Amino acid sequence: MKFIDEYRQPELAKKLVDRIHLRSKKPVRLMEFCGGHTVSIFKYGIRQLLPDTIEMLSGPGCPVCVTANADLDKAIALAQLPDVIIISFGDMIRVPGSYSSLQKAKAEGCDVRVVYSVLDAIQIARENPDKSVIFIGIGFETTAPTIAAGVLQAEQEKIDNFYILPLHKLCPPIMKSILDLGEVRLNGIVCPGHVSTIIGSYPYRFLAEDYDIACVVSGFEPLDILLCIEMLVEQIENEDYKVEIAYRRGVKPEGNPQAISLMENVFEVGNADWRGIGVVTESGLKLKDKYEKYDAEKNFEINPGPVREAKGCLCGSILRGVSIPLDCTLFRRTCTPEHPVGPCMVSSEGTCATYYHYGDDDGG
Amino acid sequence: MEDRILLAHGSGGKLSHELIQKSFVSALGNPVLDRLDDSAVLEPGSGGRLAFTTDSYVVSPIFFPGGDIGRLAVCGTVNDLSMSGATPLYLSLSFIIEEGLLFNELEKVVDSIRKTADEAGIQIVTGDTKVVNQGDADKLFINTSGVGIIPEGIDISGANARPGDRIIVSGALGDHGIAIMSQREGLSFSTTLKSDCAPLNHLVADMLDESRLINCLRDPTRGGLATTLNEIAKQSGVGIKLEEKNIPVRDEVRGACELLGLDPLYIANEGKLIAIVEENTSEGIVNRMKKNIYGKEAVIIGRVCSEHPGRVVIKTPFGSSRILDMLSGELLPRIC
Amino acid sequence: MCLAIPALVKSIDGYQAEVEIGGVSRRASIQLTPEVRVGEYVLLHTGYAISVIDAEEAEETLNLLREISEAS
Repeated sequence: MKFIDEYRQPELAKKLVDRIHLRSKKPVRLMEFCGGHTVSIFKYGIRQLLPDTIEMLSGPGCPVCVTANADLDKAIALAQLPDVIIISFGDMIRVPGSYSSLQKAKAEGCDVRVVYSVLDAIQIARENPDKSVIFIGIGFETTAPTIAAGVLQAEQEKIDNFYILPLHKLCPPIMKSILDLGEVRLNGIVCPGHVSTIIGSYPYRFLAEDYDIACVVSGFEPLDILLCIEMLVEQIENEDYKVEIAYRRGVKPEGNPQAISLMENVFEVGNADWRGIGVVTESGLKLKDKYEKYDAEKNFEINPGPVREAKGCLCGSILRGVSIPLDCTLFRRTCTPEHPVGPCMVSSEGTCATYYHYGDDDGG
Repeated sequence: MEDRILLAHGSGGKLSHELIQKSFVSALGNPVLDRLDDSAVLEPGSGGRLAFTTDSYVVSPIFFPGGDIGRLAVCGTVNDLSMSGATPLYLSLSFIIEEGLLFNELEKVVDSIRKTADEAGIQIVTGDTKVVNQGDADKLFINTSGVGIIPEGIDISGANARPGDRIIVSGALGDHGIAIMSQREGLSFSTTLKSDCAPLNHLVADMLDESRLINCLRDPTRGGLATTLNEIAKQSGVGIKLEEKNIPVRDEVRGACELLGLDPLYIANEGKLIAIVEENTSEGIVNRMKKNIYGKEAVIIGRVCSEHPGRVVIKTPFGSSRILDMLSGELLPRIC
Repeated sequence: MCLAIPALVKSIDGYQAEVEIGGVSRRASIQLTPEVRVGEYVLLHTGYAISVIDAEEAEETLNLLREISEAS
């Protein structure tokens, strides 16, 4: 597969690893923000290949994992309304909310469907004019422009039974929040790949300028990640903190202006509720007033009940980079992928699920 | 005859008899089935142990690229018997038909059953038909059971894997699951991929003819290669080490998996088998498999070891290793 | 964060395109990348092309990797 296989060549990987070993002298802590990066790192066993000087932490970049119980409860309450079809991306339906999950709601008779794209949800709306079709809008800046495009398409086609529950979140604000919490000391950040395809690399400048953190935007193939780590090591060794792009074929410094413009047309920035962190100001997206006819929260009356958090679940501090799954007393014992307690175990790129499936750092 | 199947076709009266005669017996007939007694009376012969299996097939859609629910039902049952080293002999077929199913769809399914049964060399000797209200079954459900005879001296089981054994897979993985997924609403992508649905009893017979030093046989259906090997590792109390670069996967399966964020090692196969065999016989068995239509791409993908009992570890092309766990929950496409 | 994969644009019809990865085809929206041309590769995310892959930059990165490899 073009633009994939070339970045999986083992011989080049070995040489990159050698170089990292050669150059990395200072002990450093690097965080990969994006869930997709976490999966790649574990799938290719990258941590095993790195020198002991480099410690890697996983961050909160899993849109399913960071969806707060309160928001999930809203989605489930909407699913339970009559004549509603609730539509989600795959990972979401297994996450346990305060009382139930979308998967359980489906087993109880609610019409819950999984799609690959918002376009499929719009198609379901066309085919079911007598139902209200509600799409749960999760994801970061990679996905938000696609949902914005979906809303515009619904408007253009005068589809009036299509709604969004907007739960989109933004990366740079949460990165700042986590650093400001002061719980984690980071030397470098593996910056999200496809979020940056949309927003570019400029939004991360504050990390280098205000926090002295090395930043490199990374792709997802093993050579991409190793190259990113090599560039981070160089910055740190030279004490020259900046934002660089290792994933040049996929990211331009200015991002994708067309996508940004679509996003800004349909959404506006607002507060968002992050699991394990709480409400963070200006860190999420809401539908603008002119599109409120598509906003599920404004068009349906629901009463999800008080929010309940699972006892003993460490998802919150794992998302903030303060703990690892092995620190959690529930991990592998009462919390497994079949019987998950928190979302980090449910989402296929949640940190806990990744540790569970791919093993610990030593691959055994 | 009407276009569609009605509830009356399942009530046991004249319409039922017509259905059975015209749609089933005329297509599948053999001396045992033709008698239409309440039980099939068989003469199993002497020597060897009896292998007995049962399965239900609820696949949707009932027609998919490379097969249909009928072919799947015969292959699945024949293969279950073959995986214990049995020669499959007789199958039963039970149809649960949703009222409204088109006759010609049923006929296509039965025709496919006949062709597959002929290919495998087995007989359908007894059956049952029920018709349920619209909405109570998804077009057609099929339940089967199958019997076969395991010749003397053959003892194949998931508990028999031993350190040093080699692990062979009969061909490329993931074709069936991806072919089915390509037909699902909300995930539609087009591909020339076909299900690999196939009866493997002749392949197994060839392999046993080559060597009796075969310890385990299993077909990696739901849950894929990863789940099947985990089951065997636990049953046998051994560890398994795999070489990722040796595992055959078609480009199209890789492409679809990349698209959906899935791992080919967890995707269902309906025409492949895993064999765990003694080391010094492994090359010979692979070469013999390659001479069979369903074993052309056979390859050794790993070995059994005494370390990490119950776990499967896979070595990446980069020299690192990771655990290959069982499938948890459903295969859901991810966005991230 | 997000699963986006390189797919080849086989045909374009307005804002719709037919894209292919490893022999598997799917329709995609190019509303976010209206400038793309047939024969180029895009990053496909949940049914939308989110950017056009810069083939020159891709080659540059590979060259960089090869240089590092030779230097070691």
